[in-house]
Amino acid sequence: MINRIQQLGAMGIQTFGRIGISGLFLLRVIFRWPRVIRTLPLLIDQIYVVGVLSLVIVVISSLFIGMVLGLQGYNILEKFGATPQLGQLVALSVTRELGPVLTALLFAGRAGSALTAEIGLMQTTEQISSMEMMAVDPLWRVIYPRFWAGFISLPILTVIFMIIAVYGSYLVGVDWLGIDPGQFWSNMQASVNFRIDILNGVIKSIVFGFVVTWIAVYQGFYTKPTAEGIGRATTKTVVYASLAVLGLDFMLTAFMLGGW
Amino acid sequence: MVSRRLIEFLVGVFIILGVAALFLLSLRVSGLSAYSAHNTYKISAQFSNIGDLKVRAPVKVAGVRIGEVTGITLDKKSYKAVVAMAIDKNDNNIPTDSSASILSASLLGSNYISINPGFEDEMLKSGGVIDETNSAVILENLLGQAIFKPKDKKK
Repeated sequence: MINRIQQLGAMGIQTFGRIGISGLFLLRVIFRWPRVIRTLPLLIDQIYVVGVLSLVIVVISSLFIGMVLGLQGYNILEKFGATPQLGQLVALSVTRELGPVLTALLFAGRAGSALTAEIGLMQTTEQISSMEMMAVDPLWRVIYPRFWAGFISLPILTVIFMIIAVYGSYLVGVDWLGIDPGQFWSNMQASVNFRIDILNGVIKSIVFGFVVTWIAVYQGFYTKPTAEGIGRATTKTVVYASLAVLGLDFMLTAFMLGGW
Repeated sequence: MVSRRLIEFLVGVFIILGVAALFLLSLRVSGLSAYSAHNTYKISAQFSNIGDLKVRAPVKVAGVRIGEVTGITLDKKSYKAVVAMAIDKNDNNIPTDSSASILSASLLGSNYISINPGFEDEMLKSGGVIDETNSAVILENLLGQAIFKPKDKKK
């Protein structure tokens, strides 16, 4: 019995210790004197890897999500004779919830796991230790550009996701099912508020970008230096990042609907 | 490995796409409100019941949108709702004896304020107050009247 309690305590201490380490790690990455000229090329490389290469999956999935929402929404709204409200339905659900959350989940799967695996392999093959040997700060050279690249890329991807999903539903609703385009847009514009809906969605995506890349980079940097360790760290990144995104989304929504 | 210039170009395109998407979202999807503070003037009106009226509800004359509701507060002495409205500067020809009423766009639709122009030559200025108001029609009250009126007549 006492052993069990002791185990529980040890687990608790370990968990909080890990959270503390990751927090300190984050602080060390963020709070440093910016060296713009030297990091900019690295940052651009990483935005290419993290953001531009994720563009294809984000665009395709957002197009289909918009089209599915259009079809489903049309069939339900048809019962009430309210099909012109389709634009409002799609735009609100995409800008408020689906856009930020789904993009963050896709991003965690596509870019977060790749970041973890890459940094983990560097750690395993002792590239990071050798950088330290050469007096190159790995936090500078490896972590810093990757972190900021993820932080910058996710909001951009989210905004692109939103607009393409709206046009996807436009394609289905207006071009195929015959809703009047004027009503589609005007109902949407009457109900979507730039500050409340779109900006809050973007704020959510900024928070998600921060959390997802933080988890990915941390898991990579503190990988167990074995082949199995990399696999485990990659899995952890995707699982933790997804859970964090969904949990945070609830909290952020609660704040935002509370008139924050 | 992709060449340096191509990477930079693609990142540039990526960022431009993001800005363009945000631009489209603000104009196309949200119809970013044209009623900002400097090209509007404020008027207010007191209602005894505003029903389901909300901030940002449209203010219309003859069905044409001329402004929006910017704030709803309760007057502490008269227990009336004070509705502040921002009206487009181009529509500065509302007579002082106009009346305002709260109507609903459809059975399920949201409420809006409709202003019926009066006949005075003097026009409402910034800070002006519309005195004559008609409260929101509450469906339950109407139903109550419809149900209980015939009984009263029989007595």
